[in-house]
Amino acid sequence: MKKKNIFLILYLIALFVPIYWMINTSLKTDNEILKGLTFFPKDVTFKNYVEIFTSPLWRTSFLNSIIYVCLNVIISLVAAIPGAYAFSRWKFRGDHHLFFWLLTNRMAPAAVFMVPFTELYYTMHIYDTHLAVALAHCLFNIPLAIWILEGFMSGIPREIDETAFIDGYSFPHFFRKIFFPLVAPGVGVAAFFCFTFSWIELILAKALTVTNAKPVVVTLTVGIGAEGVRWGLLAAAGVLTIVPGAIVVYFVRNYMAKGFALGRV
Amino acid sequence: MSNRAWLFLIPALVLLSISAFIPLMTVINYSLHYIFAGSAPTYVGFENYVEVLNDPAFLKALGRQMVFSLMILVVEVPLGIGIALAMPRKGKGVALTLVFLGIPLLIPFNVVGIIARVFTQSSIGVVPEFFALFNYDYNVSLHTTDAILTIFFLDVWHWTPLVALLCYAGLQSIPDAFYQAAQIDGASAWKTFRYVTLPKLRPVLIIGVLLRFMDSFKIYAEPLLLTGGGPGDATTFLSLHVARKAESYELGYAGASSIIYLFIVIVFSYLFFQLLTNIGTGENK
Repeated sequence: MKKKNIFLILYLIALFVPIYWMINTSLKTDNEILKGLTFFPKDVTFKNYVEIFTSPLWRTSFLNSIIYVCLNVIISLVAAIPGAYAFSRWKFRGDHHLFFWLLTNRMAPAAVFMVPFTELYYTMHIYDTHLAVALAHCLFNIPLAIWILEGFMSGIPREIDETAFIDGYSFPHFFRKIFFPLVAPGVGVAAFFCFTFSWIELILAKALTVTNAKPVVVTLTVGIGAEGVRWGLLAAAGVLTIVPGAIVVYFVRNYMAKGFALGRV
Repeated sequence: MSNRAWLFLIPALVLLSISAFIPLMTVINYSLHYIFAGSAPTYVGFENYVEVLNDPAFLKALGRQMVFSLMILVVEVPLGIGIALAMPRKGKGVALTLVFLGIPLLIPFNVVGIIARVFTQSSIGVVPEFFALFNYDYNVSLHTTDAILTIFFLDVWHWTPLVALLCYAGLQSIPDAFYQAAQIDGASAWKTFRYVTLPKLRPVLIIGVLLRFMDSFKIYAEPLLLTGGGPGDATTFLSLHVARKAESYELGYAGASSIIYLFIVIVFSYLFFQLLTNIGTGENK
């Protein structure tokens, strides 16, 4: 029991080292970063953060990312919840193959698919909008969400459905009042993973946006190269990219704990 | 009943057709044409495929990618299981550990690349300074092994929590009664793990292995930011190689190599899927 805890604590510390290092770098002046290695910032400066918060470019990029990520989470869940219900409740011709086919969507090399995506969204007149990125990210998030939710839904006995229908519940009513509250923790877990994968995706987000929906991950790349790398600024932006996700995790943590306890992802 | 199932699947299928099927058809179309900026594409049959399969740069990138992906599976999966086993099953620690494990997953790929750059810069990074203590000259832009191992450890750091979280979910679904029964039978810790825990972890392990395998093929931003795929082409993994061709608008080549890429990933994923679904099912019964 003791050995286990030590291992876990050591692992969590190792996990946190790179994050600490980013925070450390973000609080240093550019001068100090380039002068040598220091484990704590000598004189703490918030200049990098102030620069990001006062720059309209950074502010809108953060906002753009948050908008399309939330949009994607909503679209993915709306499509995945009924889909997962179908897989968990009914056997139908080809269900096993369809399940595997869903997964193959995640395998597509985004680096090449970005070209047809760009063409497609131009034709649909949604290029450089939040919707374009949100829809493109469905490629890997819908299969994942269906996968996770199917596990949770299979854990809920079918008798619950049957009893409700005998009691005269209509399907939508049953789904809203009885079934959804039961799988809510699972939906929380699925939402967390969709949020994560959409938030960190770079290639499609970069290809599908120019200015109107340009996300923070792209703004970050632009900061590299031009006029020498500004490590402090990039580190500060990096720290800030973790914040929205960390807030989400904080709020869903009990859901996640419950969701994970429900088991069988 | 089966018609009703399809009805429920319509939203997912429609969305995936837009974001998967149409682009896939377009890429297949590219792969069968010779495309050069400014002129009309000409149909060339499978010539692009022949070119890709005879291109040493492609084959080397593919070989590198396979080794890298297998290394990732070999390390991340057992480590993830270990962490999940060490995690508390009840109490206040649960939410806290989950939050900790969730945070690395939320870091965008290029931020991971930036962290790597800050870590490995000669004279200002932690890693070179650390190795200097042992008189080892660590330099990612000169030494092949340094660059590959750095990207490997970066990936282990970034993605092992995903495997751990999935395994943890699987562990939580095992009722305590199973463990009690094993204890009463006098099973050793290893036997309990092998015959109680591992079989129950099967579904999540399938997800974990497949996710890590297919996602590791997509590794792109980290090597690009760390060394630009170098030194030489040592960290030019498959996605990076293919993306370069797409960026220089060699769409025929890029299309054909993506289809080959997709084919390889699907075949291996299917093999893993079958293998993990069936392995050991005989002896447990």
